[in-house]
Amino acid sequence: MKKKNGFFARNAQLIVPLLSILALIVFNLFRDPSFFSISLSVNNSGNTVLTGNLISILNGASELAVLAMGMTLVTAASGGQDISVGALAAIAGSVFVKVLRAGEITPVTVVVAFLLCCVVAMIFGVFNGTLVAVFKIQPMIATLVLYTCGRSIAYWINGGASPTVASPILTAIGSFIPGVPIPTPILIVALCGVIFALVFRFTTLRLYTQAVGINQRAARLNGINAVGIKILAFMILGICCAVSGCIAVARLGYLNHETVLLEIEMDAILAVAIGGNALGGGRFKMAGSVLGAYAIQTLTTTLYAMRVPSTAVKSYKAIVIILIVVIGSPMVKEAFGRMVGRIKAARADGKEAA
Amino acid sequence: MQNDVVLTMRGICKSFPGVRALHNVDFTLRSGEVHALMGENGAGKSTLIKVLTGVYGKDAGQIAIEGKEVAIRSPQDAQASGISTVYQEITLCPNLTVAENMFIGRDKSALVPWKEMERKAGELLRSLDIPARPKQQLSSCSLAVQQMIAIARAVDQHCKVLVLDEPTSSLDDNEVAMLFKLMRDLKSRGVGIVFVTHFLGQVYEISDRITVLRNGELVGEYKVEELPQLDLVSKMMGKELDDLSAISVSGKETGAKGETVYEAKGLSSAACPNPFDFHIAKGEVNGFTGLLGSGRSESVRAIFGADRVTGGSVTMNGQSVKVQKPIDAMRKGIAYLSEDRKDDGIIADLSVRENIILALQVMKGFGKPISQADAEAFADEYIKALEIKTASTDTPIKSLSGGNQQKVILARWLLTHPQYLILDEPTRGIDVGTKTEIQRLVLKLSSEGMSVTFISSEIEEMLRTCSRLIVMRDRHIVGELTGDALTQDNVMRTIAGGGN
Amino acid sequence: MAGKTIKRREPLTDTQLLLTITICIFAVMYAAAMAIWGGGFLRWQQVFDMLNNNASLIIVACSLTIVMIGGGIDISVGGVTSLVVMSCVVHLNGGGSIPTSILMALAIGLCFGLVHGYLIAYLEIQPFIITLAGMFFARGMTTIVSLEPQNVAHEGFQALMNRKIEIPFLGYTAKNGNLIPARMELGVVVALAIVALVYIMLRFTRLGRNIYALGGNSQSALMLGINVRRTRFISYVLSGLLAGIGGYVFMMHTGAGNASNAAGAEMNAIASSIIGGTLLTGGVGNVIGTFFGVMTLATIKSIVTTSGLREPWWQSITTGAMLCFFILLQSVVLSRRGKGGLKRPAWLGGKIKG
Repeated sequence: MKKKNGFFARNAQLIVPLLSILALIVFNLFRDPSFFSISLSVNNSGNTVLTGNLISILNGASELAVLAMGMTLVTAASGGQDISVGALAAIAGSVFVKVLRAGEITPVTVVVAFLLCCVVAMIFGVFNGTLVAVFKIQPMIATLVLYTCGRSIAYWINGGASPTVASPILTAIGSFIPGVPIPTPILIVALCGVIFALVFRFTTLRLYTQAVGINQRAARLNGINAVGIKILAFMILGICCAVSGCIAVARLGYLNHETVLLEIEMDAILAVAIGGNALGGGRFKMAGSVLGAYAIQTLTTTLYAMRVPSTAVKSYKAIVIILIVVIGSPMVKEAFGRMVGRIKAARADGKEAA
Repeated sequence: MQNDVVLTMRGICKSFPGVRALHNVDFTLRSGEVHALMGENGAGKSTLIKVLTGVYGKDAGQIAIEGKEVAIRSPQDAQASGISTVYQEITLCPNLTVAENMFIGRDKSALVPWKEMERKAGELLRSLDIPARPKQQLSSCSLAVQQMIAIARAVDQHCKVLVLDEPTSSLDDNEVAMLFKLMRDLKSRGVGIVFVTHFLGQVYEISDRITVLRNGELVGEYKVEELPQLDLVSKMMGKELDDLSAISVSGKETGAKGETVYEAKGLSSAACPNPFDFHIAKGEVNGFTGLLGSGRSESVRAIFGADRVTGGSVTMNGQSVKVQKPIDAMRKGIAYLSEDRKDDGIIADLSVRENIILALQVMKGFGKPISQADAEAFADEYIKALEIKTASTDTPIKSLSGGNQQKVILARWLLTHPQYLILDEPTRGIDVGTKTEIQRLVLKLSSEGMSVTFISSEIEEMLRTCSRLIVMRDRHIVGELTGDALTQDNVMRTIAGGGN
Repeated sequence: MAGKTIKRREPLTDTQLLLTITICIFAVMYAAAMAIWGGGFLRWQQVFDMLNNNASLIIVACSLTIVMIGGGIDISVGGVTSLVVMSCVVHLNGGGSIPTSILMALAIGLCFGLVHGYLIAYLEIQPFIITLAGMFFARGMTTIVSLEPQNVAHEGFQALMNRKIEIPFLGYTAKNGNLIPARMELGVVVALAIVALVYIMLRFTRLGRNIYALGGNSQSALMLGINVRRTRFISYVLSGLLAGIGGYVFMMHTGAGNASNAAGAEMNAIASSIIGGTLLTGGVGNVIGTFFGVMTLATIKSIVTTSGLREPWWQSITTGAMLCFFILLQSVVLSRRGKGGLKRPAWLGGKIKG
């Protein structure tokens, strides 16, 4: 009697991002069989490191993947999206740079700077979360405030256009730790993934978030602090913004408040949607969003490899996005389901006739 | 007098994947009659209505209006053939004016004739005695008035068949009376009304004929005066009922007083501004009664801390406690099954298992998740104990029937092993069989020492289960009835205020 | 009794209430600017300058208002504007004529509108994702059309561009005693005409009321016999068309095409609509309010520049603060009316059937 859903049924929503990545990989293999070759080489600073398109995809998607994790949580809890993540990451990066420029850069100051920018980003997260949870404002509108002025705040913190920071420690964070062949941002994403997995394993964050996202009133009557959970989701997203802001600063060695992680909010939302998570909130799978982020980055890298000019990449990206969502749309799914049904019926008829 | 048949449905069949919802069902409606469509949950009432109104396509069968066969593929088709429907949930636009809601989507002209529309709407509202103004924004009207506006819209479209799907479920008695007056008015104008409801009393008050469905099949069509209430119930249930009143005997015997479990003095909340005193003993079943809006739900919500508590002191088992939020109450062993199952109870997209463990999980705390294996065991235990019909523990609760959803919520609270259980309308909108099961369960729990507060719109149900009734009127407690004074007559008189 | 109640003044509907608030705040703000800074604010030319600079934004904000009232969103408008500008500039410089360039602008807008409308209304895909893809596509196409900034060299167009409508009686007398008439660009006439047309459309036509119904509750709208899909489709087509017109007006103001044209116009347009009293949840809003929303933002801009806050970050920070103020105000006002906060918009959760 007890019917357990199989692995595939439970993870059905991961099919779309996985298939998109797979399709891109197959496409690339046909186009250029060496596209996915990975090789060991020695970089400028004398480290033996892994290079190759696959590594650069994983590496390049790091900021996006971290943001997509936080965005998934906010989407699930609030039923809306935070469009201020790029601006908030710029603010966090700006704080990071400000602290580091204040003195000599040592491991301690880097940690202090990171913690400080986490705190600042969390405070802004609480601001967004309060507008959403307490004042019941649509997330997209509530975060429009920070979207409008966030990058200006980032500029104001440092009071200059693009302050630079340089230190071997930052190089280690932004590219490679000496002796480790894998780019550090990939490790950071993995670490974030592990942390989220542990949080979901050892707390009830997932259940609470889903309950609040699906039915806030019922969640409250079951003793869940719905307002608190929403604000918490925005705070966690704030930390994700801080992490990705710091990765970006460490990678580039400077902070340009206008261009750092520009329009990444759109990509982050897209990653959540491609990952099969409902933008209306409720049930979620964070792995889907991370896969979505890698799918987006695979696409971008493929286009660059095809020598599409960087400014025109967006157009091609748009076409692929539309293809993905059209294939995943309810109407197309329904039509597909009807087709399968008809084939099955035809087969059954055939059998009966036989 | 007006016995010409206006609608006939013959041999209607409708299947969903894995379920045969309707099999060869006939239904006949005459003009100028109110025809009640009765059946338990899952009997096929709503499917039949949805086939009639074009929401679902039918697999087989014919529908004829005034003898002419019609094809109904969409709600628009249904409207065009003179079938109008007023659903339980208001299907009007809250942001538009009353007049717009009555005329939008009907006129094909490119421009909106505001003046004329408002004039016509005013006339119609007056002729049907509906207390609304044409220029008013719809969301500022009460639910009952919104429903009447929906009916007015249907009437103005010269509908021949008016389908009322559970129209009274969120109305108080006054509003029901208003609605019935309107229905009688329409009846005299020759409209055939299909009336779907769970309230047996209302069926006998207004209907002329009753059609009973069971398990997707037609049981029969009866004239109201030829079908006593008990027969109706047994036809809906499909078995001779082991008379519901039989369980009441054991009920009152368990009303023995133990020590006081919960006591509140001067309790008030944001939604329940008038302070009240309340107490309940171990193993006692008591109830709040009164008309909808009399403050009975608000009172129990105050006990649970569901609305902001504004004053009063609470003692439990002799110790003073603070209950400000639901979680405080839960930690003290109070459980509250809310009145509105859909909005305040179920977490629709979550599985049955997650819905069952939710309250216990919250009590254990944020950092102590219940393991998958334990959750599975708890869910299985209660699915078995309460006979919840579900495909698996992974099934989303939204795909269960109303009665089974209610049992899941009940399981959620029983799992917390409360010493005091509050049930606010646990039997609303669920089938008769489950209703009886829940009443039995209440009595069983109380005999095991649990204190229960039970609220129901059906007084018979409360008389059967409760040993003490607290009567409310206009947000004040106006009386308390126990022992021999517990009769329907007395309750009614106290509610109406004619007792003294 | 019944007769009496009908005579009574109706309380304001949500739309009217929010509109009133917007106009009052604009008036108070402008009056305060006149009292404190005097000078330019006392001249009519100030108003006309604000109109001249924002004619395109007014049109684009109108398109967003239509879509938002219908419970949707269109974030492609800025991209479409920039694509229209660039295409028309290239077309005119390549020997095209003014009528064909106008047709081109309309055609581009219409194409975007048709595709968005079809995918959103008939395939039931989330509008945020579709119009985001539309924005990416348009921005990418802009750079494909021309990566280099270009000025319009077409003489006829330059004449059209420099043609100003002079209004002597609203002018002022300069220090040397000459009367300087108030000057208004042709684009402003177009913008004002569009505001009027859209107002009439929304208020007095069946289509307009259907859009309100759709945004109020799409399920109910369907039950009330409204062709929900067609209405939604048309709202996006109108939006695309208006974005095309907005692009042409933008070009009439700047006379040049640049890949970064109308950057962030979608968010400015959304902000204007919100300040003007349109709710993202749909069903409530007014294009007159949107007009005042644009003017409010323009006034903030003028005040910031006049008061000597030259740092670039001041303007966006004040805009953000203003936006925050408005959304809080709306939230408080509407919840005071017993609506208990805002519902989730139809495109984020409300399923559309049939």
